[in-house]
Amino acid sequence: MGLESALGEGYITTKLDALIGWARKNSLWPMPMGLSCCAIELMSAGDPRHDISRYGMEVMRFSPRQSDVMIVAGTVTYKMAHVVRKIYDQMAEPRWVIAMGACASSGGMFRSYSVVQGIDQFLPVDVFTAGCPPRPENLFNALIELQKKVGTSSVLDYRDRKEPIILS
Amino acid sequence: MSETKPTAGDFFDLPVNTSHLPPKEKRSKLLQALLDMDPNLSFDDPLENDMVLNMGPSHPATHGVLRILLRLDGETIINAMPELGYLHRGYEKIAENETYHEFITHTDRLDYLQPLHNNVAYILAVEKLLGIEAPPRAQYIRTMLSELARVSSHLVAFGVMAMDVGAMTLLLWCFREREKIHDIFDIVVGARFTTSFTRIGGIAQDIQDDGIAAIKAFLDQFPERQNEGERLLNRNRIFFDRCRHTGVISGEEALAIGLTGPNLRASGVALDLRRDAPYLVYDQLDFDVITETEGDSLARYYVRLREMEESVKIIRQCLEKLPQGSVHAHEPKKVLPRKERIYTRMEELIHDFMIVNFGVNPPVGEVYHAVESAKGQLGFSIVSRGEGHPWRLKIRSPSFCNLQALPRLLKGHLLSDILAILGSLDPVMGEADK
Repeated sequence: MGLESALGEGYITTKLDALIGWARKNSLWPMPMGLSCCAIELMSAGDPRHDISRYGMEVMRFSPRQSDVMIVAGTVTYKMAHVVRKIYDQMAEPRWVIAMGACASSGGMFRSYSVVQGIDQFLPVDVFTAGCPPRPENLFNALIELQKKVGTSSVLDYRDRKEPIILS
Repeated sequence: MSETKPTAGDFFDLPVNTSHLPPKEKRSKLLQALLDMDPNLSFDDPLENDMVLNMGPSHPATHGVLRILLRLDGETIINAMPELGYLHRGYEKIAENETYHEFITHTDRLDYLQPLHNNVAYILAVEKLLGIEAPPRAQYIRTMLSELARVSSHLVAFGVMAMDVGAMTLLLWCFREREKIHDIFDIVVGARFTTSFTRIGGIAQDIQDDGIAAIKAFLDQFPERQNEGERLLNRNRIFFDRCRHTGVISGEEALAIGLTGPNLRASGVALDLRRDAPYLVYDQLDFDVITETEGDSLARYYVRLREMEESVKIIRQCLEKLPQGSVHAHEPKKVLPRKERIYTRMEELIHDFMIVNFGVNPPVGEVYHAVESAKGQLGFSIVSRGEGHPWRLKIRSPSFCNLQALPRLLKGHLLSDILAILGSLDPVMGEADK
């Protein structure tokens, strides 16, 4: 109390927010939910040329317990949607979701009986990425936008999501 | 039930030999507790302790979204059942509602490790149905680029198989080479990954000098890079021990199941559609059909390695023999006219309007055409009723057929051998689930 009144309103919590936000945004560990074609471009993003580790994200963990951001890369069918949701539920909070590519964002070119028309029907999505599949550079753009979002969100109410970022 | 059948007690109720142990009063508490333990397990039949384990559909080593149900006895696989359909996108139904040109983009996403090969396979079936043929220059460019696609697919098979058995470096090296192939596609095709390059009666655009130079530059350095990668594995004891004698299948069995491609050739059957039913310009090129006799994971790995060398050989010959001329067949009612001519000439404008709006309307009939893709025999069967879109389109996808061998290959192996076997089979789920 004394400290708060001496330093000004919300001094400690805002500084803590900034510190934790900075730490979080530079060590986002992805959960690569590689489903189809986009998964190959996701693998390309980790190759020596594109080098995803520049963003502190090379630690691809296939265990949902160890990851912060789920990259849904590829076509989600109704059969697979249950599995994707189950894996998302297993991830520890705070957690974020990137919809990589047209299929994950909107069903893409597959207007058919078996394909979910956009993963926002069953997952809260933070960033939508265009492309079929997006080039690795496009994925990095999504990651950087997500980093900005993570860095500026409050520690306590990160669940209070802003509007999803739509990259076109 | 006979009285003489041994029970668990007969095996475990033997007197424990304690002569080498200290006398009872000098034994430690822990040792005494161990000796006092009841050795009789409560199993009625100790052999009946098998377990059902689920692998996938989200598993790093299942090459996508394959799910395998395993029945295990300890670590030994008694039975395995692959479950497919997690990536079923309804291609065959989509094809019935699209014109022949529109479906080319869908073939990219079938086997997404080698999109260009699928374009070529599909367009050859459509051309067979229409009764037309692309000019020689287009044929050579198609051959050349589909061999490049084969190399890029084998590179992933090579790298991912190595990663599955524990060698991470090779995957990164293979992707470095794959990026170079993507660059070539970027120059020649205009897209690095999903190419959609072929058109009915030709290809989207002619190859330019910078494209040829890029291919030559790639070929000059690739054999050395491949050799570098091989040296990581070819004398690697761990890799050998995990791959040799795992997933052995004989030639007869492989044929009966319907294996094709490198997986069949690794069992000693020299079946290669490029030689046995030549399409494109393969009859004018000199290459070998690679076979191995062992039929195990290691043999499949070797076949893919040698095939990359053959592909490089084929591309070199194509570059030498590349003829001059047009890359579009002269069939105004079937081949899309060039864009620059549509804007200036009436005839081309009419043809463009008719082809785009109503399709190419092939005659009534049914065709099947298969090519030797990197995974095996990739075939398209089209039934036409004279309309602009197919009445039925069936895809014979090699990955689907190759996966049928999985229960047979896995039976009797250890749990950890799944990775070596599945990696050597090299399925792609986009193609298997369709």
